[in-house]
Order: sequence, then structure tokens, then C-alpha cells
Amino acid sequence: MLSLKQARQLQTVLLGLLAWGVALLIFFPIFWMVLTSFKTEIDAFSTPPQLFFSPTLENYLQIDSRSDYFHFAWNSVVVSFGSTLFGMLLAVPAAYSMAFFESKRTKSTLLWMLSTKMLPPVGVLVPIYLLFKDSGLLDTKVGLVIIYTLINLPIMVWMIYTYFKEIPKDILEAARLDGATATQEITQVLLPISKGGLASTVLLSLILSWNEAFWSLNLTASSAAPLTALVASYSSPEGLFWAKLSAVSTLACAPILIFGWLSQKQLVRGLSFGAVK
Amino acid sequence: MKVKLIHTLMASTLAFSSLATSAATTVTIGTVNNGDMIRMQELSDKFEKENPDIKLEWVVLEENVLRQRLTTDIATKGGQLDVMTIGMYEAPIWGERGWLSVMDNLPADYDVNDIFPSVRNGLSANGTLFALPFYSESSMTYYRKDLFSDAGLSMPERPTWNQIRDFAKALHKPEQDQFGICLHGKAGWGENMALVTTMANTFGARWFNESWHPEFNGSEWHETVSFYVELVSKYGPPGASSNGFNENLALFNSGKCAMWMDATVAGSFVTDTSQSKVADKVGFALFPKQVTDKGAGWLWSWALAIPVSSDAKDAAKKFVTWATSKEYSKIVAQEHGIANVPPGSRASTYENQDYMKAAPFAAKTLQSMDNADPQNSTLKPSPYVGVQFAAIPEFQSIATQVGKFVAGALAGKMSVDQALKNSQSVTEREMKRARYY
Repeated sequence: MLSLKQARQLQTVLLGLLAWGVALLIFFPIFWMVLTSFKTEIDAFSTPPQLFFSPTLENYLQIDSRSDYFHFAWNSVVVSFGSTLFGMLLAVPAAYSMAFFESKRTKSTLLWMLSTKMLPPVGVLVPIYLLFKDSGLLDTKVGLVIIYTLINLPIMVWMIYTYFKEIPKDILEAARLDGATATQEITQVLLPISKGGLASTVLLSLILSWNEAFWSLNLTASSAAPLTALVASYSSPEGLFWAKLSAVSTLACAPILIFGWLSQKQLVRGLSFGAVK
Repeated sequence: MKVKLIHTLMASTLAFSSLATSAATTVTIGTVNNGDMIRMQELSDKFEKENPDIKLEWVVLEENVLRQRLTTDIATKGGQLDVMTIGMYEAPIWGERGWLSVMDNLPADYDVNDIFPSVRNGLSANGTLFALPFYSESSMTYYRKDLFSDAGLSMPERPTWNQIRDFAKALHKPEQDQFGICLHGKAGWGENMALVTTMANTFGARWFNESWHPEFNGSEWHETVSFYVELVSKYGPPGASSNGFNENLALFNSGKCAMWMDATVAGSFVTDTSQSKVADKVGFALFPKQVTDKGAGWLWSWALAIPVSSDAKDAAKKFVTWATSKEYSKIVAQEHGIANVPPGSRASTYENQDYMKAAPFAAKTLQSMDNADPQNSTLKPSPYVGVQFAAIPEFQSIATQVGKFVAGALAGKMSVDQALKNSQSVTEREMKRARYY
């Protein structure tokens, strides 16, 4: 028979093991991708899959000689950060008005915004392509920033709206009594309080823009193509390609993984501080 | 005075540099990622050195993504690409619609008559050539000479499907990780349906009768699909319904398949010691026949075409003629070895004895290419052109759906009867919708 203390210790150990199990399960595809990137093509395709092998840098060297990685990476950085910045500039005032000046139609407007995510992108490919062609936006970073902003805007507004809703109106009213304008209310009161939520929204928007492939493949050619286009170029209909594809995918994931890892402390701190939480 | 002079000098430098930049014409090329195309990309530096007024930019994509991308660009006259890598299916359809530039007035030393007539015809519409072939392929049989010899079997030059089944049965030893046969199972018009359609030709089947009605309810299709499903289910590797070219290539190269029927282009992969464990044990035979050898071996070509929407047509044509020329083949032979010359397009490649010696699969490739006739590929007369496809715009969508039913039958999710019944009704509906009747 276990004592209460022992039972609690066992529970902690079991929960710890479960957490590790879930974390490893989620991390496994990334681990396998990185591992495969150091294999030869023949090792990458071998059955049963090999865990131990002689590693090679051949795939990375081939990518270096065949593609201009930094050109694609720079495009990804510009497009992801540009669309996130642009999206935040639109989403914050939209969520502010919906959260603090709610009208009869606020809920239906929010649902309508979200409904645009329900249409398969390919359904609007031709009209968007024609609009881009006529506006000279094909294969430009500006074009991608616009489309990514529009894609992510509904989610950004929803997320920020949810955070703003948790903030008591009294705080804003107090600021208003002190003579604050609407802009001052947002910039000096609301944003500092909800920086944790805003940081999560920014990070999510960055990740979604970084990984978006459908529009980047269809609306770019060579000048504005981001890392997703580089990854797609390493898939082959005739010939073995898993090892090279894994190497290029590792290179494509690396910047955003590092960014997420570096910003996690700030993110957690942002989420746990604030006047309300 | 000094300041003025510096300003004038700076302005002239700027003006000259912008002139120099604008003088170079940029040609954007959309292509697929495979060995031959990547080699072309590497060697294109030589073209740029010879033509300093032309700058090449590459958009390399996966085959299906590229197809979707090209279709959008060409149908909307987007003009993002100056050179497109297209296949034998798209060239006549897009050419007829006026979307592609005509490939005429080619340089005298280009020798267009050196290109195989079947390939030339496949890339033409109403006798007008719309694309130049980079490399072409048919299909053939790859088999393990060592396993055949150990089992006392011998592969005929062109086996029948019944013989193939007997060989597969004798060599199927799953307990030793050795499978009798590996065939395309993955659904798709260019995947399982390329194989099954070619197979169906040899069983006397056709996609459409003379009045464009599908024939999946006929006995020939029933025999074909039943034979295919039984053969692969009994003597194929597990999970065969998700295996495409690359999966089968990996299985064959790791010594797990006794036989494999697929594109002739695989010849260079299975004999490459850097990627095949059985490189010196591979034998080659023609694609199997059954009641007929008509249509027994598909025909495909990856070709370079110039959309009419391109604003750099002359520069694009210069590049396309260079990349598909005899001169380019010589450059590949010098830089990468003669066995890596783009196969299947030019007769002169096969007249070169050095190539025939270096590429053990070349003789069978040539024979397969010679036999393929897209104008006459079915036992009964048919209204369409194409061996493993029917060159009509509706085919891609119809065959993708039929491919899913066939893969479903192979995976045991539905019976062969049900798969064929579904295929018949889907095809009839699409053809009716397209106003064929």
C-alpha cells in the first residue's frame, strides 16, 4: 500500500513520462526529417528504416551548389514579417472596436470573417491570379504580403478580440476619464495589458505565413519565391529525392524554429504578466 | 566645376549600368525536378556565356504542382514563364488552342528530322510542332537475371502477361523479403492509369469506342483490371496501392523486386551503382503483351514549349533549340558521361556506338520507342490519339477519378466489378457534360 506522499510522487512521475511521451511523439517527424537529411538517397529509402548509418553532408552541399538558399530565405522573412506587421495594424483596431463597442452585428461579422477561411483556396485561384496579373503583383513580395495579410486577418482579429474581451471595460473608462484619446487608450493602456496575447498572435501569424505554400507556389516565379517554393523544387516524379528534400526542409524550418525557441521566454513572460492576469 | 564633372560621371555610370541591365533579356523557365532537368540547369551557364544578352531564371517544381501552375499561367495569359516544360498530353491540346508558339524556322543544324517521328507527332497538332523534346520515354520490363537463372527461368524478348504471372508466382518469396512483381499502384492519370491503360491495350481494351462512349463495362477491361489486381495482390509487395515510380524504384534497387514494368528512363537508375544494389544483375525485356502487342509500351516526352504570352519569345526559342540540340547532347557526354545523354528523342543518340555500349538499356529503349504508335495503339479502332492516355482535355480529370477506383480495388476497398461500374458512370457523365454526345 502506497502512502499519500508516494502516490503523489508516482503521479508526478507518470505525468512527467506522459508529457515526455507526447512531446517526443510531436517532435518525432522533425527528428526523422533532420536524421534523413544526413543519409544518402539509398539509406533514406531503405526498409526497414535505418536509425544508425554513416552520416553525410552531401545533400546540404548539393543544395548549396544548386540553389540560392539566402534569396529564398530573405523572401520568406520579408513576406512573413511584412504580412504580420500589416495584419496587426488592421487587426488591433478591428478587434478593439468589436470588443469594446459591440453592436448587434458584431458576432455575425466575426463569423462572416471566419467563414472566408472555409472556402478552398483553389476556388479563388483564377480570379486572384487575374487580379494580380492586371495589377502587376505577380511574382512580387508586395503581392504575397497582401495575400498573406488577407488570409491571416480573420484569425488575428478573432485571437485579439478574445484577449480584449477579457479586459474589463472599466480600465479603459478610467483612462478615458483621465483624458486619454482612443489612440492613447489603445497604445498606452490596452496594448501593454494584452502584450502576451498580441505576442501569441504575432507568432502564429509568422508561422502561418512562413509555412504557406499554395499561394506562394502559384503567385511567384523566381524573384519573390519564398522557402516553400524552394522545398517544392526538390520533390521529383522520377528519381530518389527523400534525403535532399529532408535537407532542404530542415533548412526551411530552421529559421522559424530558432525564432520560436528564442522568443518562447518573452512569450511566456508576456502571457503571465499584466494588470488583469 | 569639379563637382559638376563628378555628378555627370555618376549620372552617366548609372545610365550605362541601367542600359546594360535592360539590354539582357530574362528568360524564366518552368521545369520539373529530375536528373536530366537538373543537369540542364547546371549546364545552362555555358548557354549564358555564349549568349551574354540572355539571362536564365529557373522555377523548379514537383510535376503536379508544375502542371497546375502552368495551366493557370497559360490559360490566363499570365506571361510569368517564357519556357514551359510540358508533356505529350498538353502539347497538342494547348497548341491547338493557340496557347503555344509554333516551333518553325528552326536553325538548319538543328536537324528536326533526327527527332523520332512518333515523338514529333506526339508534340504536334494538325501537323504543326508546338514543343521540342528534351527527353522521351516508353515503358519496358526490368527483371533480375540472377533470380531468373537460379530458378531456371528465362525471360522472352516480349513476354505475355500470363508468363509474367507464372514468373511472379515462382519468384515471390515474401519470407525472404523478395516480391514477385512491383507495379504502379498509386492513383493518378500519370501513375496507375498509365500502366493499367497500357496493359489494357494489350488485352484488346480501349478507353472509348468510335462514338466516344467509354468501354469499362466490356469484357476486355474486366479481364485487365481483374488480372492486374490479382497479380499485384498475390505477388506484389504489401501496400502496393500506394506505390508509384519512386517507391518501386527504391524496392527494385534494394533487391526486393524480381520484376518491374515502368518507364524506360528507369534504365539509367537501376544500372547506376551509386543507387542500386543490383546494378549488374538487371535484365531488360519489352513491355508484356497479351492478346495483342498493339499499344504494348507507352510513349511520353518531356518537352520545352514557349507560351504565346511570353514577351521574350526569340530569346526563349534560342534557349529551347540549344537545350534540345545535338550540341547539347555532346556537352552532356563530355561533362557527365555519355550514358547520361537525354534519352529517347533523337535517332542520332542511338546511332552512337559509344552510347549503346555505355547504356545497357539503350537497345530495348530504342525498340520500345520504335514500337510505340500513339495514332494506332488499340486493337479495335479508337477515336483518340495517345497510348497511355487519350489526348482530350477531359482525360486528366476522368482518368484521375478512374485511377482512384482501380487503386481502391487493389487495396481491397471495393470489388473490381464495382470499380469498373463507377469508372463507367463517371466517364459517361463527364463526356456527356463535355458534349461529346
